[in-house]
Amino acid sequence: MQYPANSARRMGSQMLQLLHDVGHAMFMLLEAAGFIRYVFSKRNRRETIVQMFTAGIKSLAVITVVALFTGMILALQTGLELRRYGQEVYIGSAVAVSMIREMGPFMTGLIIAASVGSAIAAQIGTMVVSEEIAALEVMSINPNRFLVMPRLVALVVMMPILAVYTNILGIMGGAVVGTTQLGVSVQAYMDNATQFATNKDLYVGLLKAFVFGIVITTVSCHQGFMTREGAVGVGKATRRSVIISFLVILVLGYMITRLFYV
Amino acid sequence: MIRFENITKVLGGRAVLDDVSFEVGEGETFVIVGLSGAGKSVTLKHMVRLMQPDSGSVVIDGEAINDLSRTALQTVRSKFGVLFQSAALLQWMSVADNVALPLREHTKMDEDEIEKLVLEKLGLLNLSDAGDKFPSDLSGGMQKRVGLARAIIMNPKIVLYDEPTSGLDPVTSRRIDDLIVDMRKELGITSVVVTHDLHSALAIGSRIMMLHQGKIVESATPEEFIHSKDKTVQSFLESQYITKKGKWETGLSHE
Repeated sequence: MQYPANSARRMGSQMLQLLHDVGHAMFMLLEAAGFIRYVFSKRNRRETIVQMFTAGIKSLAVITVVALFTGMILALQTGLELRRYGQEVYIGSAVAVSMIREMGPFMTGLIIAASVGSAIAAQIGTMVVSEEIAALEVMSINPNRFLVMPRLVALVVMMPILAVYTNILGIMGGAVVGTTQLGVSVQAYMDNATQFATNKDLYVGLLKAFVFGIVITTVSCHQGFMTREGAVGVGKATRRSVIISFLVILVLGYMITRLFYV
Repeated sequence: MIRFENITKVLGGRAVLDDVSFEVGEGETFVIVGLSGAGKSVTLKHMVRLMQPDSGSVVIDGEAINDLSRTALQTVRSKFGVLFQSAALLQWMSVADNVALPLREHTKMDEDEIEKLVLEKLGLLNLSDAGDKFPSDLSGGMQKRVGLARAIIMNPKIVLYDEPTSGLDPVTSRRIDDLIVDMRKELGITSVVVTHDLHSALAIGSRIMMLHQGKIVESATPEEFIHSKDKTVQSFLESQYITKKGKWETGLSHE
């Protein structure tokens, strides 16, 4: 008879811990956001530019490959089905709308969460373990201003830019498959793509990328700060940051789509 | 200057500090010794509120710091420099940038003034040529000296040293000890040193406090400490081959 009570107690304790963690992460995010007004000050400028370079330029190679192939796969899978009905001319709109509305921001979010987000969690986690965060606090340097804010600014600025880049490359990848495999001319492909994709699709896609940037920074930094147990803890924090970011990106992606299209 | 009033701290169900009270006076070099897990580092962390006590209060210059606002705490922390056990240097910054960090964050000095001050402190610690290096390029002893340069760059009134000689060879350890003594003599800094190394404690301390199982078992001058009648202190002294005359004794039989 002890088991149900113990299980309930354990669940209750886990729920409280979850609420505590979410509250802590939100506090960290809000405080970091409050420091954004100092982003151009001498002491923050350099770190913000470094983070933008890391998130943006250093991610370009992997994003290029993933975006091109995402567009190509989309075009091939959809095009083969459309060809059965003689409608392969619509491949342009299928790829463009999918990329701009969903796949562009989604794929960008996953890549940045896996590459940049995990690196952020590992770096901050290592700083916790090696007492660097404690040293910052003793020097009265707020870690949320010194570490979180530059990463937040870098990701919310770079994510929409990277999402647009992903969209363009994805559509180009689709065009390659459309012209070489499905016999659709580039002109027809582009005409069809621009005819069906609307400004709203672009804005909603950019909104998603912006939100995903906030999610990745918050989750990664928070997991980094929560690191315990030395090197093993850093590994756990890195893994958790990627998993939680993926899940939150999926759920929020669905909710934003539902909010604007249903 | 620093006063602990009935501090209790429980971690993992164990009282790491159990109703601990003591005071560190201005200009003292106060050394805290004890076995691993005795609560030495926890004590140090309470002084700069990196940890909060479960009960009791920590008073710095007459001001209880337990419930201070972040701004007020910042003022209190500005009185401290801390040398962490791992030196805690920011790995992506050069040595000079690490030492300059508090100046860049908290003063309006121009870069020339900052560079001059950083070079001065690095020179004081025999690190004049290390400014452009990164922490990963330095030995453990050099990293600790850089950490010390950073700790004193804002001319704090109090410097806390967490195991300043752990993991260092004996020669480097004695050099760090000399630096701590020099800090007091030349800059009048109050020091609190946490260490396992009794030889170091006896050499640099004006007072030595021993913690054991969350309690203070001895607090005395080095001379009195050596002659302490407390069994834990005696056993601690013997473990490091120190006799009541304060002389080195191997205690090893070669028969």
